[in-house]
Amino acid sequence: MSNIFLKRLTKELRDMQTNPPSGISVESADDNLNVWKIRLVAAEGTVYEGEVFTLQFKFGNKYPLESPEVCFLLGCVSGTPPMHPHIYSNGHICLSILYDQWSPALTVSAVCLSILSMLSSCGMKESPPDDAAYVKRAGNNPKKTTWAFHDDSV
Amino acid sequence: MSDYEASENETENESMAASYHYDDDEDDLNDDELMDEFDDAPVTRDADVRRSYTVAFEVRTSEDLARVQQTEADDVGAVLGVSTEAAATLLRFFRWRKDRLLEDYYGNPDSDALLKRAEDFECPVCFDVDCPVAQLKCAHAFCTACYARYLSGRITEEGESRRIQCPDASCSVIVDEKTVETLVDPKVFEKYKALLIKSYVDDVPSLKWCPHPNCEYAVQCKVPASSLDEIVPSVKCGDGHSFCFGCSLPQDHQPCVCSLVKLWLKKCADDSETANWISANTKECEKCQSTIEKNGGCNHMTCRKCKYEFCWVCMGPWSDHGTQWYNCNRFDEKASIDARDNQAKYRAALERYLHYFNRYANHEQSAKLDKELSEKISAKMLEMQKTTEMSWIEVQFLSTAKEILLASRNTLKWTYCFAYYLTRDNTTELFENNQRDLEMAVEQLSELLEGQFEVEKMGEVKQKILDKSVYVSGRREVLLTATAADLADGRFTWSLESSQTLALLAPAGKK
Ligand SMILES: [Zn+2]
Ligand SMILES: [Zn+2]
Ligand SMILES: [Zn+2]
Ligand SMILES: [Zn+2]
Ligand SMILES: [Zn+2]
Ligand SMILES: [Zn+2]
Ligand SMILES: [Zn+2]
Repeated sequence: MSNIFLKRLTKELRDMQTNPPSGISVESADDNLNVWKIRLVAAEGTVYEGEVFTLQFKFGNKYPLESPEVCFLLGCVSGTPPMHPHIYSNGHICLSILYDQWSPALTVSAVCLSILSMLSSCGMKESPPDDAAYVKRAGNNPKKTTWAFHDDSV
Repeated sequence: MSDYEASENETENESMAASYHYDDDEDDLNDDELMDEFDDAPVTRDADVRRSYTVAFEVRTSEDLARVQQTEADDVGAVLGVSTEAAATLLRFFRWRKDRLLEDYYGNPDSDALLKRAEDFECPVCFDVDCPVAQLKCAHAFCTACYARYLSGRITEEGESRRIQCPDASCSVIVDEKTVETLVDPKVFEKYKALLIKSYVDDVPSLKWCPHPNCEYAVQCKVPASSLDEIVPSVKCGDGHSFCFGCSLPQDHQPCVCSLVKLWLKKCADDSETANWISANTKECEKCQSTIEKNGGCNHMTCRKCKYEFCWVCMGPWSDHGTQWYNCNRFDEKASIDARDNQAKYRAALERYLHYFNRYANHEQSAKLDKELSEKISAKMLEMQKTTEMSWIEVQFLSTAKEILLASRNTLKWTYCFAYYLTRDNTTELFENNQRDLEMAVEQLSELLEGQFEVEKMGEVKQKILDKSVYVSGRREVLLTATAADLADGRFTWSLESSQTLALLAPAGKK
């Protein structure tokens, strides 16, 4: 593991623990800092009010030059992914900054914030129309999907 | 609405620099121009006289390749008024299609990449502050240490060179040579330069690396991939390695065309029957059942015990082989035609395959034995001349004979692969006549090498071997010339039927 990788993730983790953005908290991170679990609490006044979700970040050793692998976890402890037109029931998220719009200047907390705001701006709980077909074909890693991003405002 | 396309592959990261659109599947490239660039260079030319079955080609060293890239970049740089390095970056991007580049460039002129320093800077990768900064025209800034680490990784770990993009994952600006040189350490830069030269060969369709291990030569040849059913482009690198320019097989597979060579090699590798091929170098005499060992290339065998003379390949009496009745190369299709049920059909197809495979493998084997034998004789003769009163006799004729023998056995080997797929017609009949004539001549030459080299008769033996070598070489010419002409005129037809029969009818458990 490169020094940069550890130095950067250590600093990010410290920042998030000492000064957590509202609705976002680090639940766990393994010793090598390779896999993080993050708890998202949906904001009041949104269609998801009162719901809690678990995000998983996996960092490859090229982080932050390459984007982390991010998805919602599902299971009895983690709950289910939010029902949202850009979030598939297997936890994959259709959000451009996680894939081809990634920039090393983005951080874990910035990614979490933009996922939270994606939830906040949603007016109706709805699965993606192609959910069943996608979930059937997609692999585990959402980065191996070729995404087309049509409308980021929903 | 969200759309997606699930793919097994990694996300395509081949998106190109901002305004450049490049279509990979248009292969209308005509690299005459590139060939011309090389013409002022002192290149190693194929010294042989051109024959109808050979193709024109030039050998390229890495120095040649570096020089041509430099010249090209200088020219384009001068035309566009940009530095040679910038021009080289553009040329690589356009896979050396100068016309494409110029056309596109005048539509979207682009400035040089640049490095700069900034104050109050925090590197987005390592979060260090007030460090030296590097950035390209896209203005994605990183500290030079992070930039260098990124570039070194791409170069040394991934072997990437001409398409390294800005470290910002969402940015597709290409990092130019000058930037790489400024940032990485000299060793890495050296590797980068070597990769650039290599990428040039990969980008230009008329250039290919010699496939022999650790060979550094490239060869330039303009036979297009579309004509590989009509031409077998055998070439030689600067180290004398023969290879096929069409399929990069590391040997000359004339007269068989690339597509059939590929099928054949796959078939031989897949077939379990092949593995059981003739148990090495021993067989039993048909007459007295004593074990006979083969220790030379020649296939004319004589049993030590009962003196029965026979052919190693077909086990038939040798008396038929030296004459016009020689038929050892042809497969008798009668059994396949008569076959009625599946089992008989399978047996016939298998027999047919083994007929060709046997001869194919036997020539390969015999070539090895011929080579060993002639080298042994050369050594022995040199030794004899040192220790006896024998007058000096040059042994060059032996190595000439060896070369001709090896080349001809190699040709014969591939004639069997070719013939396996040929449909039976007049062209095939003529082809097999030439094959037979060459094979007879080859066996005669091989037999001469196996004979006794007595000191008194040395001059006579030498003359015989020389004459036979010339004859064999002539037969090979005839075969290759005739086959090349028939291929070019599309007179051959091949069918894959027989090998399919074999696969389809294979009994359970055999595949
Ligand atoms: Zn840095
Ligand atoms: Zn950039
Ligand atoms: Zn070579
Ligand atoms: Zn070939
Ligand atoms: Zn015998
Ligand atoms: Zn013999
Ligand atoms: Zn025979």
